[in-house]
Amino acid sequence: MIWVTTRRIIKAGFINFWRNGSVSLSAVFVMVVALFMIGSTLLLTAFLGTALKELEDKIDINIYLTANASEENIAALREKLTAQSEVKSVTYVSRDEALANFRARHENDSRIIQALDEIGGNPLTGVLNVKAKEPSQYEGIAKFLQGKSALSTDTLSIVGKVNYNDNKVAIERLTRLIGGVQKLGSIITAIMIGISVLITFNTIRLAIFIAREEIGVMRLVGGNNRYIRGPFVVEGIIYGLAAGTLTVIMFYPITYWLKSATQGFYGGVDLLHYFVANFVQIFFILMLSGATLGAVSSYLAVRKYLSI
Amino acid sequence: MAPVLRSETGAFLSRFGGFSSTRKICYNEGMIYFDNVSKVYPDKTVALEGVTFTVERAEFISIVGHSGAGKTTLLKLLLGEEKATGGIVSFESVDIQKVKSHHMPELRRRIGAVFQDFRLIPNKTAFENVAFAMEAAGKTDEQIASDVPHVLELVDLTAKMWSFPRQLSGGELQRVAIARAIVNHPDLIIADEPTGNLDPINTYEIIQILKKINDLGTTVILTTHNKGVVESLGRRVVTMEKGKIIRDDPTGTYSL
Repeated sequence: MIWVTTRRIIKAGFINFWRNGSVSLSAVFVMVVALFMIGSTLLLTAFLGTALKELEDKIDINIYLTANASEENIAALREKLTAQSEVKSVTYVSRDEALANFRARHENDSRIIQALDEIGGNPLTGVLNVKAKEPSQYEGIAKFLQGKSALSTDTLSIVGKVNYNDNKVAIERLTRLIGGVQKLGSIITAIMIGISVLITFNTIRLAIFIAREEIGVMRLVGGNNRYIRGPFVVEGIIYGLAAGTLTVIMFYPITYWLKSATQGFYGGVDLLHYFVANFVQIFFILMLSGATLGAVSSYLAVRKYLSI
Repeated sequence: MAPVLRSETGAFLSRFGGFSSTRKICYNEGMIYFDNVSKVYPDKTVALEGVTFTVERAEFISIVGHSGAGKTTLLKLLLGEEKATGGIVSFESVDIQKVKSHHMPELRRRIGAVFQDFRLIPNKTAFENVAFAMEAAGKTDEQIASDVPHVLELVDLTAKMWSFPRQLSGGELQRVAIARAIVNHPDLIIADEPTGNLDPINTYEIIQILKKINDLGTTVILTTHNKGVVESLGRRVVTMEKGKIIRDDPTGTYSL
């Protein structure tokens, strides 16, 4: 009997969706707007997230080594640094590599290359490039390098210059900016989701308001609440799935169009690429939120008219 | 006793009339009791005041009175659409006031209701409207497939089985509503001014159908304004005025 009832409820939901064509169509369109808001928030968050990540990645501190630093001491310092819990990675750029990089960077600038050739030899020093797990941890690492107790004087003697203090202000600003943007992002997300929930709920409430007498009749004819409510919930789910599909389809041309605009942005992330790469995930999020919104809204909206 | 019926529709009718008429033979007790019932709406309108009467099993009772006399309120109490503010309304020994909301559907499946404004579901065909009552009662697909065409044949609507309410005339709509009311073989049919929106010919047909149903043992409560209907029936008439019963004639005539 449960199977028969379920089958009847689902069938009635589809039939109602089809026969209430114009109401269904407007409900779907309004839900497209709601899901579009959720979807764009999703993409915006992803875009911000990647942009911030790349910004974060650009932060590091460089330890310039003295010219006569021995390989052993460098290795020892590197090991000590890597052992720190805040440190994500330490890359070593030797003097020769530093020179090669420098030449490569300025290969089109004949004056610099000329100057370099005139100096003769290698004016650059080896560099240890330290990246922390969190931007806020750089200060700790810088302090560690100053703290003489942890490092033997031998090891410490090879440290020529640490550029943390030069970059301190920039690092702190970036850290604050990243934190602020993330907070703002979650506030916008919450507001967007709140608005779309309200829009959907009210639309479905109106759609069911039209059917309120019908619900009363069903009660008087002896339908129990579950059986009356079922088709409306199914209808709500269909609204959500239809709107979800439409929204996903809409996002393709939009992200394609935004592709060029966002790529130019600092730390640019290709939105189209992101959309295509995460298509399955976005598709499921939109479908699931659409169906849930539709079902819950219908459930609550019908309840009001079941009191007869 | 079920009368002999010739047509196939008769066979269907006698099927659901069958058990009711046996009961009719065994007992002759009250089926519905109104005991000192009063109803005051939230806006302080007094719709019923000290109404007491009994309806016997298999009776055909007409309730007449001016608009606002309380006829519809009386039927709403029976269907559990409204709760009385005082007194007891009982149906088959069940106190309707005390039936919980989630048990109400079970009670309502034993009562077929017909309304002046038909109250069909606009997005369902005639067939589906009747089938809904059976689905709600948890009948199987086979039962629905066989019984719905039968009742629709009984009310002479076989040709319009797949029409939507908007495609049907007033008389046809009311016949669909009656088909829906009787398809679950109820013990009681409540008809609230079923002929109020109909022309004389349709009125006559609807009343004939109700009479036929009553002849087979189903109790019928009818409210009406129509003098002709009441007099042609020649059955019990309860006359109401301002929420009170002022006359109760066993073979009444319409006098207001």
